[in-house]
Amino acid sequence: MNETTLSLLKQDEKATVAALHGGSAFQHRLRSVGLKEGKLLRVVAKHHFSGPLVVEVERHHITIGRGMAQKIVVARVP
Amino acid sequence: MKTILLIGDPNVGKSVLFSRLTGVDVIASNYPGTTVDYLKGRMNLGGEAVEIIDAPGTYSLEATNKAEEVAVSLLDRADLIVNVVDATSLERCLLLTLELLAKHKPVILALNMWDEAQHLGININVHELENLLQVPVVPTVAITAEGVKELVRRLDEARISGRPVLEGEDQVWTEVGHIVRKVQTVAHRHHTIWDRLVDATVKSGTGWLAALVILFGLFWLVRLVGEGLIRYAVEPVFELYRTPIDALSNWLGSGLLQKMLIGTLIDGRVDYVQSMGILTTGIFVPFGMVLPYVVAFYLALALLEDSGYLPRLATVTDNVFHKLGLHGHGIIPVLLGLGCKVPGILAARSLETRKERFIVITLVGITVPCAAHTAMIFGVLGRYGASYILVVFGTLAALFLLLGFILNRTSRTECPELFLDIPPYRWPIPSAVAKKTWMRVRWFLTEALPLVLLGVLAACILDAVGVTGLLANYTAPFMQGWFGLPGAAGPALLSGFLRKELAIGMLVPLALTPAQLTVAVTVFAFFPCIAALAVMLKELGIKDMLKAMAAMILTSLLVGGILRIILI
Repeated sequence: MNETTLSLLKQDEKATVAALHGGSAFQHRLRSVGLKEGKLLRVVAKHHFSGPLVVEVERHHITIGRGMAQKIVVARVP
Repeated sequence: MKTILLIGDPNVGKSVLFSRLTGVDVIASNYPGTTVDYLKGRMNLGGEAVEIIDAPGTYSLEATNKAEEVAVSLLDRADLIVNVVDATSLERCLLLTLELLAKHKPVILALNMWDEAQHLGININVHELENLLQVPVVPTVAITAEGVKELVRRLDEARISGRPVLEGEDQVWTEVGHIVRKVQTVAHRHHTIWDRLVDATVKSGTGWLAALVILFGLFWLVRLVGEGLIRYAVEPVFELYRTPIDALSNWLGSGLLQKMLIGTLIDGRVDYVQSMGILTTGIFVPFGMVLPYVVAFYLALALLEDSGYLPRLATVTDNVFHKLGLHGHGIIPVLLGLGCKVPGILAARSLETRKERFIVITLVGITVPCAAHTAMIFGVLGRYGASYILVVFGTLAALFLLLGFILNRTSRTECPELFLDIPPYRWPIPSAVAKKTWMRVRWFLTEALPLVLLGVLAACILDAVGVTGLLANYTAPFMQGWFGLPGAAGPALLSGFLRKELAIGMLVPLALTPAQLTVAVTVFAFFPCIAALAVMLKELGIKDMLKAMAAMILTSLLVGGILRIILI
């Protein structure tokens, strides 16, 4: 399986959300903006020096810090 | 009285709908979290007065921050709930909807941004959604008032849903997916050039380029509008005003009253900038020099807010702001501070940690020039060309970065990471932009004008009884020795504490060289006016306030001294 974390995806790569780690409040927050298991996402932008990522999910753009992105397990979609 | 609560996800248009229903003017913008506290208003519903409450946005009833807690706590007071839903993101909004339906209160759904959903090829079967949720659903476009009448007409149809209560988050999400599959179809869209352009504004390289272009464009707009207002509105009006002023001056003759009301005549006539009378300089500086730039600035800010660009700017600048101990959201207090430091400092409340708030408040207090100060910089240096103005702004920008970097090192607390929901770009609606600009300008006028008039009065009296001259002698060695400025600049600097506008009138008659003026207007930046100091004290508390003051005094001595050595 081509599983990795969101933080390791490159710009313009696509993936589906496989699992969420971290506290339940954090997971709840991610799901409530649409980042939930099974959803297809695309990395719109990835900022240098451990900066944030911008992901597109369900036509919405979300900015997410690199540390948070480490807690999102994804499966690459070719 | 019956209470109706407007509740929904952030940035779905609750405040716009609230404004439509109650006629109360509220600041609404195209970014999440504009409403951090709730607002109350009234409307007439079939001859009966009802109370409408606009709650801050929340994704769920399990609140994760202060603003969301407010929203949740308001639920108990509601007799009827209007759940405002963004039709373009039905799936994420339905979580809150299902949580609300389980509260056993009458609910009605406003399916807002209906036009945008249609435009995006999103089709929602309203009838099916009504059947599944067992409450009325009304498509609306709050910004154009489409569907709002229908919503009001059907308010009494709101009812308690008979749906079975779901247990646990998993079940709720499963049910959300189930409903969405049944009611929503989305036409496939290809990535267009427009989409690529939109993406480019959040990427690291092109995003910076876009930020520079957009901010430079806004700066240009502020100048264009400000100067246009001065040329075509302010100057003609004040030329007309000359006639009654001259008549009054002649009638009063020379004496203390004439000196206070009209001031000193320059070359036998009133000079609006230099005369220092209450009816001349006291009126001209706030209305003639500062107000045009305040209007221009708030217009540009409204365009920036309503376009949806701000969260993108926060994303792109996040890296730099992290070095200053802030995350990208820190740009919002800074931008507001460019208008007036008071709302800028208040906006720091939206930041999460105490350290972030201290850093951003200190930075806004010391290094961000407010509109009055910017007007002063242009007013006194404009005639010597752009280079001196660039020196002032360049110094302030460099200082902003340096000071933030240093303040960040003083405490080990890590700044939390950025987590932002980016709204789509929207064309700002002229009437909404005009209304918002007017609301802020009105606020500025009611807050600023009495203080300016009082300040001018105080300055005139002090000048007339000779205190100013005494003070000038007293501060002369220091002003001369450290900053290379004449002693008379001392009282001008002190008057800047009251209002920045006042200091312009006191600086111009001193006949300083451009280099001296550059040093003076830069040093002015480091002393916030009394209103800003009061808000700083309130927001920071006495201990942090003293730290901020120490930073302020050190900075002004160091930077003023260095500039003096380089320039004079």
